Amino acid sequence: MSYPNELKYTKEHEWIKIEGNNATIGITKFAIEQLGDIVFLDLPKVGSSFKAGGNFGTIESVKTVSDLFMPVTCKVTEVNQSAIDSPESLSVDAYAKGWLIKVEIENVPADLLSAHEYENYVVGGN
Amino acid sequence: MSISVNEKLKLTPLYEEHLALNGKMVPFAGWNMPVQYSGVVDEHKAVRNSVGIFDVSHMGEIIVTGRGALDYLQNLVTNDVAKLQIGQAQYNALCYENGTLVDDIIIYRRGYDSFFICVNASNIEKDFAWLKEHCPKKGVILENVSDDYAQIAIQGPKSRELITKVIDVKITDLAYYHFAEGKVLGIPALIARTGYTGELGYEIYVPASAAAKIWKGLLQVGAEYFVKPCGLGARDTLRLEVGYLLYGNDMDSTTTALECGLGWVTKFDKSNFIGKEALLKQKELGLSKKLIAFEMQDRAIGRHGYKIFATNDGEQEIGFVTSGCPAPTVGKNIGMAYVTQDYSKMGSQIWIEIRGEKKAAVVVKKPFFVHGSAQG
Repeated sequence: MSYPNELKYTKEHEWIKIEGNNATIGITKFAIEQLGDIVFLDLPKVGSSFKAGGNFGTIESVKTVSDLFMPVTCKVTEVNQSAIDSPESLSVDAYAKGWLIKVEIENVPADLLSAHEYENYVVGGN
Repeated sequence: MSISVNEKLKLTPLYEEHLALNGKMVPFAGWNMPVQYSGVVDEHKAVRNSVGIFDVSHMGEIIVTGRGALDYLQNLVTNDVAKLQIGQAQYNALCYENGTLVDDIIIYRRGYDSFFICVNASNIEKDFAWLKEHCPKKGVILENVSDDYAQIAIQGPKSRELITKVIDVKITDLAYYHFAEGKVLGIPALIARTGYTGELGYEIYVPASAAAKIWKGLLQVGAEYFVKPCGLGARDTLRLEVGYLLYGNDMDSTTTALECGLGWVTKFDKSNFIGKEALLKQKELGLSKKLIAFEMQDRAIGRHGYKIFATNDGEQEIGFVTSGCPAPTVGKNIGMAYVTQDYSKMGSQIWIEIRGEKKAAVVVKKPFFVHGSAQG
């Protein structure tokens, strides 16, 4: 499985692409494969603010509902409507078209994982 | 999101096969079971359109034999066991004195006083203890053979063609809820025309030691029908589409056989059975809550445990969801729930609280999916 090097990751299986003060956030291919068929996404409104680690939405597969956790302290600037409309598309392209939200960063915590660290983490069976 | 890992789970004899097939393993009723292989929807469609196989070896098996076995069972279960022919199977409820459920089971009659019972995985010890507690001191012999048996379900419109290629008995005429004893790939098996999917299908009980050989054989022989290994995920969406109940979700020791809609297997005209008095009384007085089927109207999924309200802005709680999922064949989000009698009629508007918001749903008739091949 691939873990793009330019991204940072959380232990809750979100990825974040940081570009200056802005970032794009999604969930990893590993997590999507664990969840199975994605059927529903509940994402926050543009303008809402979150602390790093805060619950910003939910992702539902046929079998389960999982919470989404914010990798950074930020304000939501854009939500991916096409992902909401066709959540099954996440399994096709988790790292590009399957992004969930774009945010304006206020603070980046020190504990984000690199691609290598995340890979070791998931291979370790978590 | 978080993904939890559980330890110390029991493994079926097919555990290694699931790993080899890249099955995603999850804890279920104390067992480490495959929830999916290729995907819940893909597996669901394989069963509706062709054929799929399921490892259901976590289910328990109890053998009841000896003089008096028939009378003994008659006193324990709600359905009329005396009506069972040898070679026939019967769905049954096992009740407490107050009419609530110990378990739902299938009884297979092998001889006048010889029965084979399939029980839910989560209830094996509890059921066996309950059976022992009520067993007469002489005559009836109980054996918990759950560890000796593996169970594989072969389900879908092509299941008959597939199973015919691996067995030594003729089952063309085997009717729904009947069984044959023969050999599968040379191994002794009980071959039952039963299932949990609403499709034509078979459940085979085989020695645990031979399970892997049979599983691999079914996949190999079934390749021409595009057979797929299927997990608990598809098992759940398939059974919910046809309105079959799941013990622990839709019924348990807090719901009576009548409340969960098992009146059709509760025979008040037979001799006495445990729970009869309480159920008769409930029948006379009427039910206060009832298991219903619902369809979501708002775009959301009502899941196990979610609360149900009478209005979208009020606080009048009228019930709770017991099972819910997106239904791949039906194309709707469906579920089952307990609601108070007033809201149990077809067409009743109900509101399910999902993450703090009330979402609209409507009470509908079971089953959601009516074109299954099970009884064809």
